[in-house]
This record gives sequence, C-alpha cells and structure tokens, in this order.
Amino acid sequence: MDAYRLNVKLDFAAEAAVDLGRLIPIFHRWIQEGRLAELWIDVADYRHVPDGPGVMLIAHEGHFGVEAVGGRLGLLYARKRPAGGGFPQRLRAALGKALAAGRCLEREAALEDLNLPGDRWTLSIQDRLLAPNDETTRRAVEPELRRLLDRLYPGGFELHRQDDAAECFALRVEAGEAPGINALRQRLAAA
Amino acid sequence: MTEVTWKQRLEGRLPRSIAREIEIYETQMELKRQGKIDDKVFAESRLRRGVYGQRYDNGRRQDGTGTRTLEYPSGELTKGPNTLWDAPGMQRIKIPFGEVTADQLEVIAALAEEISDGIAHVTTRQDFQLHFVHVDDTPDLMRRLAAVGITTREACGNSVRNVTGCPLSGICSDEAFDVTPYAKALSAFLLGHPDAQDFGRKFKISFSGCAQHACALAHLHDLGLVARTSPPAGESSPAGDRPQRGFELYVGGGLGAVPHEAKVLDPFVPVEELLPVAQAICRIFGRLGEKRNRGRARIKFLVAKLGIDEFRRLVVEERASLPFDPRWTELLPEPAAASPAAAERVVERVAEPETALAAGPFVEAYDAWRARRDAPAREPAPLPGGDDLPADFKIWAETNVREQRQKGYFAVTVHLPLGDLTSRQARRLAALSRRWGGGVARATVEQNLMLRWISGADVAGLYRGLAASGLASPGAGTIVDITACPGTDTCKLGISSSRGLASELSRRLAARSFELDEAIKDLRIKVSGCFNSCGQHHVADIGFYGVSRKAGGHAVPHFQVVLGGQWTDNAGAYGLAMGAVPSKNIPRAVARLTDHFVAERRPGESFQSFVRRVGKAAIKARLEDLTGIPSHAEDASFYSDWGDAREYTIADLGVGECAGEVVSAVDFALAASERRVFEAQVALERGEIDAAGRQAYRAMLQAAGAVTRSEMPDLGDDPEEIVNEFRIHFHDTRRFHDPFAGAKFANFLFQAHGEIEPRFDAEAARRRIEEAQLFIEASHACVARHSAPPA
Repeated sequence: MDAYRLNVKLDFAAEAAVDLGRLIPIFHRWIQEGRLAELWIDVADYRHVPDGPGVMLIAHEGHFGVEAVGGRLGLLYARKRPAGGGFPQRLRAALGKALAAGRCLEREAALEDLNLPGDRWTLSIQDRLLAPNDETTRRAVEPELRRLLDRLYPGGFELHRQDDAAECFALRVEAGEAPGINALRQRLAAA
Repeated sequence: MTEVTWKQRLEGRLPRSIAREIEIYETQMELKRQGKIDDKVFAESRLRRGVYGQRYDNGRRQDGTGTRTLEYPSGELTKGPNTLWDAPGMQRIKIPFGEVTADQLEVIAALAEEISDGIAHVTTRQDFQLHFVHVDDTPDLMRRLAAVGITTREACGNSVRNVTGCPLSGICSDEAFDVTPYAKALSAFLLGHPDAQDFGRKFKISFSGCAQHACALAHLHDLGLVARTSPPAGESSPAGDRPQRGFELYVGGGLGAVPHEAKVLDPFVPVEELLPVAQAICRIFGRLGEKRNRGRARIKFLVAKLGIDEFRRLVVEERASLPFDPRWTELLPEPAAASPAAAERVVERVAEPETALAAGPFVEAYDAWRARRDAPAREPAPLPGGDDLPADFKIWAETNVREQRQKGYFAVTVHLPLGDLTSRQARRLAALSRRWGGGVARATVEQNLMLRWISGADVAGLYRGLAASGLASPGAGTIVDITACPGTDTCKLGISSSRGLASELSRRLAARSFELDEAIKDLRIKVSGCFNSCGQHHVADIGFYGVSRKAGGHAVPHFQVVLGGQWTDNAGAYGLAMGAVPSKNIPRAVARLTDHFVAERRPGESFQSFVRRVGKAAIKARLEDLTGIPSHAEDASFYSDWGDAREYTIADLGVGECAGEVVSAVDFALAASERRVFEAQVALERGEIDAAGRQAYRAMLQAAGAVTRSEMPDLGDDPEEIVNEFRIHFHDTRRFHDPFAGAKFANFLFQAHGEIEPRFDAEAARRRIEEAQLFIEASHACVARHSAPPA
C-alpha cells in the first residue's frame, strides 16, 4: 500500500490533564533547540477550537500536537510528506516519531509528570484514495500492524476498527500492559 | 488494492474545461520544477488558482533567539520570487457569496485533515482557507473540489476575487429582492473573462439586498451592488407596471492601508445591464489602472484620480462599445428582453489560453450551480417556547437564531471561534444541514456559517446536534464574536498577533457575558494583523490593527485603536486610528472603552455617535496610561505577543502575495504557448506524432494571438482571423521582423497555417516544434521591443 499519511495518536494516562497553553513555550523551545531532528516550521495554537487540534508543532514532514479530540487527551503525530520504504517501514517510522516526541514531553518539568503509558494508541491513515475506510484497507494494514504489535506487546493486545465511514481508516490498539514510552521505543527498535 | 490517482478516480466527474485547466496547472508546475517558467509568471499563475504563500516561505524564521534557516529538501527550488517550493502555503477556496453545500463541506473537511492541519478556516470574504498545504498537493485538491462544483480559479492574484453576498439574501424582510441569482450570474460571467485578466491588482465585488444593514458592506468594495427596485418598494409606478429590479452601483471602495469609500456610479442599473456594466468597468480598470506602483493599483485610486464623473463617462462610453454578448441576459434568472444591439458581432471566446479563459466553458460548467435554488426541507413551524427548554438553548437562540421573512423558518448562525472548525465538525455540520437545512450553508464575513430555512420545530434538535459537535457557541454577531485576519499566525505581512488578541478578548468577554451591559453586547470588534485591513477593522465599533514599537532596544507588539467605524449602512463609515497600545494592554483598553460608553452614553446613543460626541481626544486621554510599556525586567510578557512564547520581532515580515505579480495578459498568453510547445514535445516522446505537430502549430497560433491582442483586445479565437490580423498588423508592418532573420519566424506560422490536414512524421513534427519555439521567442522579442521605453 502506497499511503504515507499515517497518523499515530498516543493516549495519555486516563487521569492526565494538561494546560495546553503550557505547550506553547515548550514547542517553541523545541524549535530553538532543534529537538528530534525535524525541520520545524512553527507552533499553531488551536486551543479556541472545541474538540480541536489543541496546540500543534508543525514540521515539514509531519505535524505533532497535543489534543483531546474524541474526549481522549493524547499526543498526535500526523505524517504529511511522502515517506520512503513500504508500509511496514512507514508504520514503524510514524510510531517511532510519536514515541520520540512523547518521551520529550514526559521529560518536560512544566507538564508535571505527564505520563504516556503506551497501552492505548490509534493508527489512522489520512488518505481516502489509497486507504479508504473499508475492509480492503483493513486487510492490507492489519496483518503488518499485528506483526509489529506482537513484538511490542508480548502480553497481548486488542485491535478495534473505527468504522465510521465518513472518517479516515483507523485502528485502535488496546494493549494488556502499559510498558511506558521508553520500553516501547526499545521494543520498536528491536522489532 | 488497486492504486489509482485522484485524476483517474474522478475521471468524468469534472467538467472537461475544469479538468483541462487543472492539467495546465500541473504542466506549469512541472515546467517550474525544470526551471522553464519564470518565477513571477508561475507565482501569478498559482495565485490565480488560490495557491498562496505563508509566513516563513522564504526559508527563514525567527525562533526567538535568532533567525533559523529552513533547509527544505527541494533546496533553492522556488514557486515564486523569494518563495521556496517546499515551504507550506495557504490554499484559498472561493465560495461565491458564501453558499456551500453539504457535499462541498465534506470535501473541504477531507482535504483539511489529509493535506492541511485539520482545520478549515472561514474568511472575512466568505472563502475557506486551508493552511500548511504543500504545493504538490494542490492539483489533486483542485480536482476534488471541482468534482463537487468548486473552482479555486481567481481566488487570489490580480483578478476578480470571490463575489460576496449578504448571507440573508432571499430570507431577509428588509431586502429589495433576493440578490443570490445575480451574484451567481456575475460570478460565473466574470470567472476567467478575458476582460478581467489584465488587472494591476485584485477586484472585489459584493451584493447587498438592502442599504441600511451591514449586509454585504458595499461601500468598502471595488464594486458594490445594492439591490433596488424602481419604483422603490412601497411605491407604485404611474403606469402600474411591475417594479423593475436593479442595483445602486458603487465603485472605488476599498480598505487596505488607506480606506476609500465607494462612490455612486449609478443610482439605478437595471439587472439586464448588470453584467455589461461590470464588464465595462473591468475593461477600464484593466486599461487605465496603475500597474507599476502596486501600492496604488486598486481601482479606488483610479476613481479618485479621474473623479467619479469622468470615471462614469468612461464606463458609459465603454459600455456602448462592447461587442454584444448574449450571456448578459442569458445568465440572469428572469427572461429579459434581448439586447437591441443584436446586430453586433457576438464574441466567441472558446479557446483555452491562460489569459482568455473563455467564460463560455466555465459558465457551462456551472449551469447546475446557477440553477440551484435554496429551499426549505421541512414544513414551517414556530420556535418552541416554554420553561422546559434548557437554559443553554435559550441563551444560544437569543443570539444565534433569527426568524426569516418566511414565517416559521429560521436562520441559525453557527458561531465559529476565529472562523475555525475541524474536519469532524465540518462533516457533522454537513450532516445537520442535510437533515434540516436543505443541505446548504452560507459562510458569513464575520467568519461564521449560517444554516437557513430551519423549521421552528427543528431548531432545538439542530441545537442538540450542534452542541454535540462543539458548534453551539452562543454570541454570534455580538461583542464576543470577534473577527480577526490570520495575522502573524500565517500571513507574511502580519505585524502583531490578531488571532492571539482576538482569542484572548473573546475568552475574557465570554467569561463576563452574563454581566455585560446591553449597550455593549452587540458591539463589533475586529482585529487586523497589520494596516492592510483584512480583518476589516475600519468598519468595527472598536477596531485594532497591528503595529510595532520599540522600547529599550526591544520590539514590542502593539495595536492601533481604531474608533468611529460603522458596520451598518453597508459599512457606512470608516474609523480612524487614535493611538497605539501595547498588545498586552488591549484587553484593559477594551474594558475601559466599554465601561466609559456604558457610564456616559445618552439614551439610545450608538457607540459611533458616542465617540463622535465625546471626541477622540477625550477618549485618547482615557487610554493614555495604557500606552506605557514596562521595562523588560519589570514585565517581560509585554515583549512577546498573545499565544506566542517567542521574544517579539518583526524580522519575519515578508513580501506579501496579496498584491500578486503583475504579469500582463500578453505575458500570460506567451507562457501558455510555451506550455503548449512543451506538451508537443511530450507528445512526440510518447510517439503521438500527429498530435505533436498539431500542438506545435496551436502554440504558434496562441503566441500570434497574444501579440495581436496587445493591439486588438477584441480579437476572437478563429485561426483565420488571428493569422490575418497578425499578418496585417505585425508582418506587413515589419514589426514582427527579426533584425537579422527578417520575416523568417512569421513565415513559420503562415506555412503551418496554410497546410490543410497536415500529416507528420517524426522528423516533420520535431521540425514544427522547433519552429514553434523560435516563433514564440520572436513573439517575446517583438513584445519587448514595442513595450520598451523610448530611448
């Protein structure tokens, strides 16, 4: 499958609460420090939009953001530019970027022990042409995702497809364990 | 899974002319990547398709500690002067008079989440905008929009921009008549019209149903049309005839740095004269408007320079000289008498060159759109009453719901904070509009969306649907509904954060909304990021535009306070700036102004009248202490702007593209002919020999037409006519002769034209392509020779 606009949204811990305004100076500082080896472009503030993208950090290849769309507070990575390799490589790259950003967020003192357990996250593909929200896409995506998840969550996991036809294709991962970002990154690197 | 492209997927679903138009644009993109098209020509070409630049697209960004270079993968490849190819841009999507269908909303939503940042933004001219869009994504964006009847053509650049119209047209009890079909007619007529391709700046048109409300803000438009009947409503004609429909026609309005109020060109233009008079105005603007000094190129300067009487005389004269066009009346909603000038030659412009994008093909593409009529989906009913309605609903309904002229139906305004909604919200709104609103919504210049024809019985259900989607914010059209341009968020010209300020003000005012005095609840606050007035601050009760000041060696964001503006009476008066206040003190300034008004207004006195009575000097004195800037050590927050943690700077200001690039009609057409030659080469490579040869001939013909039209603007597209007139005016006069090769290149055209049904082999096609290239070069040289200033 040629789709490259993969989104990964990592859920924060259920009890987490974030003052999104605190992300603005944090994201500006990431730009100054050249964090995460991204070509950073800008910070976009959408706190005024109900159920909106929150505060975003715009990069050339993709966007990062902290938002609470659908009532779930989380960190989103949204790939926007073409990516090399096949779907397996793109999947790992998107997840890897989200995890790396998550780790940086967890280390921000101003966010007061924000925690990303790593047990709940959503993969979506923002491409209605190459990955329509249908069974064909699920058959193309799910096997590779399961292969990866087997390595990330040896304790088991569940996959749930979000089948609102109007929305982009999305699969929600609910793992039996909460390994935390660090462990997930290590497992991903080894996968 | 079968891999397809959007072009394949939408095959047959786009009007052929539109599909071809997008292919032309894609070819231009490829030519630009190969460095075969001039920066300015490509920039203007993409601007005319709504593909805009954004802040930092020159590859530099102040990050608060210093200027950072943005090292894009495409390196130095540009998409315009000082605009890097890979830098994200803004896509403007024209929505004529704001009418957007559910299908269209859904496609805009899909595009927002797939290629943008998930937000669709409604502008102060009833457009949608998507930000952070890569130029490579724009052709498919155009295809997907075209498949649902939207063209981005002429959304930006030196063209007729989106035609705006009152969102209440057709349902307002104060309107003279429904202007919607006339706005549609003029939009379709001028889109791609040859007489609207050679402007020095943009041209904005609006349609109002009445004179007394804000309506469509006729006074601040290049061409403002206010519906009238003759005799006026309530009077009867001596002969008892049906009132004639027409427009009070204003011309020469505009905001920008120095606003001009439009002048009355004609107190009554009958509807059947609407299109030809507009065309005549376009021709005069194209011919006489300033093109070198971009800062004085809007039509308002031309009208001011000539005076309205002389301008009027020129319009009348031009109108009389226009070749007859049956579309003047065919596009109107009612049968109109045929023009008495039927003996005149009908203009047939059916080619597809860059400059003369014939209105014909575009008009046909939008026939279904023009025929669509807004209509209720359900039976009328009164609004529900009673104490069992939720308090939230009542608060919302008080500001966001108004009864239409048609009893039992209501217009519901969806208040969008800063004009933004998410993709998911847009889809849900589309579903709600289908269920209750006939599947249509209207964008407003206050950056909201309006659903009309909602039965009173359905308003509560609609409210619940909106509330579930985060779209039920009350306060539409009130003091909490603050208009702001994109400002420093994304605009290269932004000086201060208009959106940051608007968001902060709205939040504070909304928190106090229960205690706000009635006198101030309906005040209009509008914020522009700079003096160019995209936030329409001049016509606000309280307006602001971004400026910068220095303190202790630091730059400090400020806003000029603008008072005295009038929103009603179709933007009846412009405010004046009365002093700059640090951005972080603006909320206190607003509180002080409104408190002053509440405390000292006379019964029934408007804010504008209050300002006039009290005097700006007195008001300025009341704000004086707020103009001071604390030292950086005392309060560093003053040295960064709302919603931005960086130390404030104006180093990121760039060259705006709002002014477009001045590319003459001739230059555009010659660029198009070069594109044809390129296509001929591609055809030759694919082995399509005959097609290659014929395309090369058409390229020469196009170039010859471009050169000849520089003197004969009404030249048609008939090849025989083009070649004949070219021969007379440029060959026989030796003006096209090359100083060394003489008539050689002109003869290429004559020879190719003289061949009847030519057959090509590869060698002949290749030769024809080379001849075409040489002919085009000669055309450039001819144009350059004849436009050079005298030695």
